Amino acid sequence: MPHVRILIRPKAGILDPQGTAVEQALPQLGFEGVSDVRIGRLVELDAADASEVAAICDKLLANPLIEDYEIQVDGAAVAG
Amino acid sequence: MPQFPGSCDEVDALLAAGHVGDAELLWHRDRDLKGVDAVVVPGGFSYGDYLRAGAIAGLSPVMDAIADFARDGGPVLGICNGFQVLCAAGLLPGALLQNADRRFVSRQVQLSVETTETDWTAAATEGQLLSIPAKHQSGRWWAPSELHAEIADQDQIVFRYAAGGNFNGSLDDVAGVCNEGRNVVGLMPHPEHAVDALTGSTDGLVLFRSLLQGARA
Repeated sequence: MPHVRILIRPKAGILDPQGTAVEQALPQLGFEGVSDVRIGRLVELDAADASEVAAICDKLLANPLIEDYEIQVDGAAVAG
Repeated sequence: MPQFPGSCDEVDALLAAGHVGDAELLWHRDRDLKGVDAVVVPGGFSYGDYLRAGAIAGLSPVMDAIADFARDGGPVLGICNGFQVLCAAGLLPGALLQNADRRFVSRQVQLSVETTETDWTAAATEGQLLSIPAKHQSGRWWAPSELHAEIADQDQIVFRYAAGGNFNGSLDDVAGVCNEGRNVVGLMPHPEHAVDALTGSTDGLVLFRSLLQGARA
């Protein structure tokens, strides 16, 4: 069964408070020069029909209004 | 009023609705709305809010029935998590993101009524200030600029945080919106917690009283 990996990210331009929190914490650990931290989600699943995954993303896994997603099937990127 | 696994404000909402009529709970697995005249989707949490707040609840059987009810013009109010659920179900425009400052906030806020042309604000006056508590961590309303312009143009912004009171970073100070049909309204603050002088404010009652106005002018 195809193994599917879905990367979900906040859309560009939308404030990501989690990313901001991490970015602000890093200098305290001595990591300078890290910027533009953005935090999303990784979903992994096995799908009998990988062509359905985009619809699964649109209807449940992602909110297309605020998130972009990228689908990888067996390690290869497919158009989202 | 539907109850999801994790709802916690449905009892206050029942009490609030009880000021203007009879109210009962609808179980999230039921499709039968029992002939109610209006639906309140309560706050709290739902299904652990996995993925995104309201994402799973938006797909529950009772929400199917509520969506049909809303499409037929039935009055539906979403409060806090209920607002998130209605947005997730596509019944209201926009999305609710984590507060800009990442904090859970619980405080009394001043809301300005931006339009009385909805089923839930008909008894208010335009510009009226309501003192109502808010308590959430993901209440930053956001919409892409075209959608935002469209709903502003269609007078679908129902509540704004009063000047200086936008604590969660919502776009354009938006605290609540309605659908095109103006029968579905959602807001982050909790009018059902502001119906008794004992808790400091009765300003929330006007939403429930609005139902009694019947057909809007």
